[in-house]
Amino acid sequence: MNINMTIIGQAIWFALFVFFCMKFVWPPISRALEERKQKIAEGLSAADRAERDLELAQEKATANLKEAKEKAAEIIDQANRRANQIVDEAKEAARTEGERLVAKAQSEIDQEVNRAREQLRKEVAVLALSGAEKVLGGEVNQDAHKQMLEQLAAEL
Amino acid sequence: MAGSNAQDYIKHHLGNLTYGELPAGYVRECDGRDTQTLTESTWTFACNGNEAKDMGFAAFHVDSLAWSGGLGIIMCLLFWMGARKATAGVPSGFLNFVETIIEFIDTQVRDSFHGKSKLVAPLSLVIFCWVFLMNLMDLIPVDFVPGTFSWIMTSFFGWTAQEAYFKIVPSTDPNITLSMSFSVMLLVIFFTIKAKGVGGFVGTLTLHPFEASNPVLKALLMPVNLLLETIGLLAKPVSLGLRLFGNMYAGEFVFIMLAAMMGAWQFIGAWPWAVFHILVITLQAFIFMVLTIVYLSMAVEDH
Repeated sequence: MNINMTIIGQAIWFALFVFFCMKFVWPPISRALEERKQKIAEGLSAADRAERDLELAQEKATANLKEAKEKAAEIIDQANRRANQIVDEAKEAARTEGERLVAKAQSEIDQEVNRAREQLRKEVAVLALSGAEKVLGGEVNQDAHKQMLEQLAAEL
Repeated sequence: MAGSNAQDYIKHHLGNLTYGELPAGYVRECDGRDTQTLTESTWTFACNGNEAKDMGFAAFHVDSLAWSGGLGIIMCLLFWMGARKATAGVPSGFLNFVETIIEFIDTQVRDSFHGKSKLVAPLSLVIFCWVFLMNLMDLIPVDFVPGTFSWIMTSFFGWTAQEAYFKIVPSTDPNITLSMSFSVMLLVIFFTIKAKGVGGFVGTLTLHPFEASNPVLKALLMPVNLLLETIGLLAKPVSLGLRLFGNMYAGEFVFIMLAAMMGAWQFIGAWPWAVFHILVITLQAFIFMVLTIVYLSMAVEDH
């Protein structure tokens, strides 16, 4: 346990090792640690940001969806109303058309009937005349019996 | 084993392999050799404790310096390997280990040292790891390395077994621990001067703990303050170095005593002590580092 120059030798070792670690060991490792810390912090904040973005996007999506639903409902509503309207209009048109057709047919029928009735009236007059000729065996003066025949025809 | 009885055995185990200068006219009385009178001063290995003592300051403990230097080089190489692989990406296994130590030291330094310095953190790293490794040598069975050394020297170099001193725990050598603690003291002085200037350093030595606003009284108190503060300044490294030395020496002593008493059965007795000693090894390394940081922190901060 003598104190001797070992003290100086050890101090030299000490200085050498401290110098070595100060130059070649501590700076690269602590720099790497610092960089990693920063990287991790950036990563975490990016994750946070992404989460927030996602939330926002989800909110937006929900809002969009809601809006779309509302719009769709409105459109369907409108379409229904329009369809009803169209159906109503069509019904109305069909009814009018039907009525018109019916009226037209009726008038045609009436005309036809009138025409036939005229025809008949004329033919009946002729027939009646010829019948009467045959019955009477003589000629019927058409002019003389005109009034009577017309009366007959009118009664038919 | 070197000694013929337990006392010699223990004494031999506590001696360092000393290379130093013996003065001219010194009478060498080595066991197993002829008595020899030196005609001129000679650098040589001490063959017993008396010679080592007579060498005085002009001597080296070769074993302490070799082991502390070797362990320090191993430590630096390991850290250097880690530092070369250092990356901001995912660390590999060994880098993980190095980073754990670095972060641990960094936390300690940040907690205690509030100044700005590029030196304190690596200094703490070296102190903690180096002292830990030096202390760790305590766990190697006491005769393992010295026995091997003794066998090599007696077989191939013609030494006597008595000459073959070999201590493998550098921190059981007060030279080693006091060298480190006084280096720390020099750093404390350097930090004080750097932070407060030469005047400030002189002021810390002369203006405390007794303060006075009266200039005459101030001048009168200066010698007293200087005495107290100088004692305080020196007490720090002495206590720092002797604490580590005392703990490790005591631990080593117990191992050696167990070995001396139990011979080949020493492992039975040494194992529980070794388990306990692991705590001491780590704790003393940690305390040495923390106190260094605290002293340096005190140096740069105002009282």
